[in-house]
Amino acid sequence: MDRIIAVMKKEFFRFFHDKRMLFSSVLLPGVMIYVMYSIIGQAGASQRNVEDDYQTVAYGINVPASLQPAFESMNIQFETDITDIVEMKQKVEDKEVDLILAFSQDFDAQVAVYDSMTATQPAPQVEVFYNSSRTESSKAYAAVTSVLSQYESSMINKFDVNGNTDNKYDLASDKDSTAQLFSMLFPMLLLTFVFSGCMALAPEAIAGEKERGTITTILVTPIRQTELAIGKIVSLSVMSILSAISSFIATVLSLPKLIQGDGVDNISANVYSVTDYLVIFFVLISSVIVIISVISIISAYAKSVKEAGTLVTPLMIIVMLIGLTAMFDGAAKSEIYWYFIPLFNSVQSMLQVFSFDIHIVPVIVTIVSNIVYGGIFAVVLAKMFQSERIMYSK
Amino acid sequence: MLEVRNLKKTFKLSKKQQKISKTKDKIKVAVADVSFQAERGEILGILGANGAGKTTTLRMLASILKPEAGQVLFEGKDIYQDLSAYRKRIGFLTSELKLEEFFTPNYLFDFFAKLYDMSQEETQERKQKLFEKFGIDQFAEVKVADLSTGMKQKVSLVISIVNDPDVIIFDEPTNGLDIITEKIVVDFLLELREQGKCIIISTHIFSLIEKICDRVVMIIDGKAVKEDSLENIMAGQSLEDSFFTIYQEMGGNMNG
Ligand SMILES: Nc1ncnc2c1ncn2[C@@H]1O[C@H](COP(=O)(O)OP(=O)(O)OP(=O)(O)O)[C@@H](O)[C@H]1O
Ligand SMILES: [Mg+2]
Repeated sequence: MDRIIAVMKKEFFRFFHDKRMLFSSVLLPGVMIYVMYSIIGQAGASQRNVEDDYQTVAYGINVPASLQPAFESMNIQFETDITDIVEMKQKVEDKEVDLILAFSQDFDAQVAVYDSMTATQPAPQVEVFYNSSRTESSKAYAAVTSVLSQYESSMINKFDVNGNTDNKYDLASDKDSTAQLFSMLFPMLLLTFVFSGCMALAPEAIAGEKERGTITTILVTPIRQTELAIGKIVSLSVMSILSAISSFIATVLSLPKLIQGDGVDNISANVYSVTDYLVIFFVLISSVIVIISVISIISAYAKSVKEAGTLVTPLMIIVMLIGLTAMFDGAAKSEIYWYFIPLFNSVQSMLQVFSFDIHIVPVIVTIVSNIVYGGIFAVVLAKMFQSERIMYSK
Repeated sequence: MLEVRNLKKTFKLSKKQQKISKTKDKIKVAVADVSFQAERGEILGILGANGAGKTTTLRMLASILKPEAGQVLFEGKDIYQDLSAYRKRIGFLTSELKLEEFFTPNYLFDFFAKLYDMSQEETQERKQKLFEKFGIDQFAEVKVADLSTGMKQKVSLVISIVNDPDVIIFDEPTNGLDIITEKIVVDFLLELREQGKCIIISTHIFSLIEKICDRVVMIIDGKAVKEDSLENIMAGQSLEDSFFTIYQEMGGNMNG
């Protein structure tokens, strides 16, 4: 036991005193996630936002008097130099003018006499030209067409759809919108960050020891291989969990920034309870144990830190793919056997939490089976430390 | 004190290794038959060319490779009877060892002392003694990365005898060292002999053996072909001359 603690202490000492390592494995992922999400959110927001007092510049052709007040209230400023339609279209294309509103002549009068049941001629026309690559133009287009279709339906009003403006017709709650976004993204993001944390630590701690020959010096002492394996895996797991927590916190903190520009107001990380976060936390810990022990095994097999890195990279892609499965399913699997598959079970359990559908048995199966896998892998690692072929291969 | 009987060790070769060493054999005999005896207060030199099987032999002595045949006896008992007890009494230094650059000599000493189950007082006492003797004390809190090559080597040597072992096994202790560092190592070994330790070193450097060894084991192609005192082996010639005489007698191939 003392030897296990000595091995662990040495790893921790290094971890907490090596500023570069601490920075690259704990601080950097967190800071990067936060900055990345914030920038993406900011960019999205500024792209989609139009200044509140923006004046839409438009050409109006035969604009009927009945609609003038509505357009004025929408802050549309009509140009006076009506010219050839081709020239005007060019101006819109060049983004100098936002809209062209072209009504047929005597629009109001024609509309008044027109009856769709008996008409032999086409209905009076309104054409609205706009430029979707200019945000102001698209916004104005959307506003104008909605005013026009309201105007149209008010004239032939036979029934209303969702006419009561005081009612909230979209019944998606905060919870549901959040659930959708989180359950799609988070399992993959969390697994990836956890993995990269592990990847920053284990190859150095195990393949590095082999490369330097220090593992021989350790193994000629009375330490047992299992003690060394357990000491390494436990300490590496704890460090990777710290790294995972940093990524997790950064994600939760920056999420509001990420989605602020999306026009989605009803998303917040607050809809999850402490229990939800705890379940995520424990599922993450169990995943860390699986990931770190697998990377440790690969590192013990490799002859150098560099080789370990090369061997681990394909695994990272597999883990990301496992994380991606959350996007396709949408809902967590209900059959219990899925929860025995390492890492896939973590994704499924996280899906349950994010979609507010926690079932305790699968979550426990996930956590326990991952820990058991970690234990098995620790035994494998100890066997590898014992193997002459692996430790002293040429 | 240490008796080696008919050690044998073979390695299975992978396809890649077969290609590299241009052989169709699936098995490489690294050590075919090595026997010798080493006593307290003497330095035994294992002399052999590259690939003769020196490192493999020493690793079997250090109990990190298991012999395929033969035995290593420590004080008359097979070392695998009580491996942990044996390991507490040996020190092993490989030529490839590079200490972890991040740590200080002080930290590494304490770490290895813990792996040997040494008490705090015991550790402090021994550390002070060794650090003082080898002039490491001023550098005890300097990271290995910032130490000179000579100082690094001294720290490696000290770390390998943290547990005050009775048997000390050094693989190519002066390999690749400059003349000053080499002198440090030689003095270190002589000092340990003075203390009555049983020291076994491997080398292909004749002058090192002539300078410090009491007895010599010659290994050719995995076989111990001669074990005798340095004087008897040299028999009036230089060690180099007598080595090549024996080498040719044994059918060694000088063309590689
Ligand atoms: N793990 C291994 N797998 C395959 N062959 C090996 C292995 N270890 C050693 N050998 C081979 O066994 C032979 C003896 O190797 P060993 O390292 O013991 O020689 P050595 O005397 O220490 O040589 P050197 O002077 O190069 O250090 C060499 O031919 C080597 O290639
Ligand atoms: Mg060698």
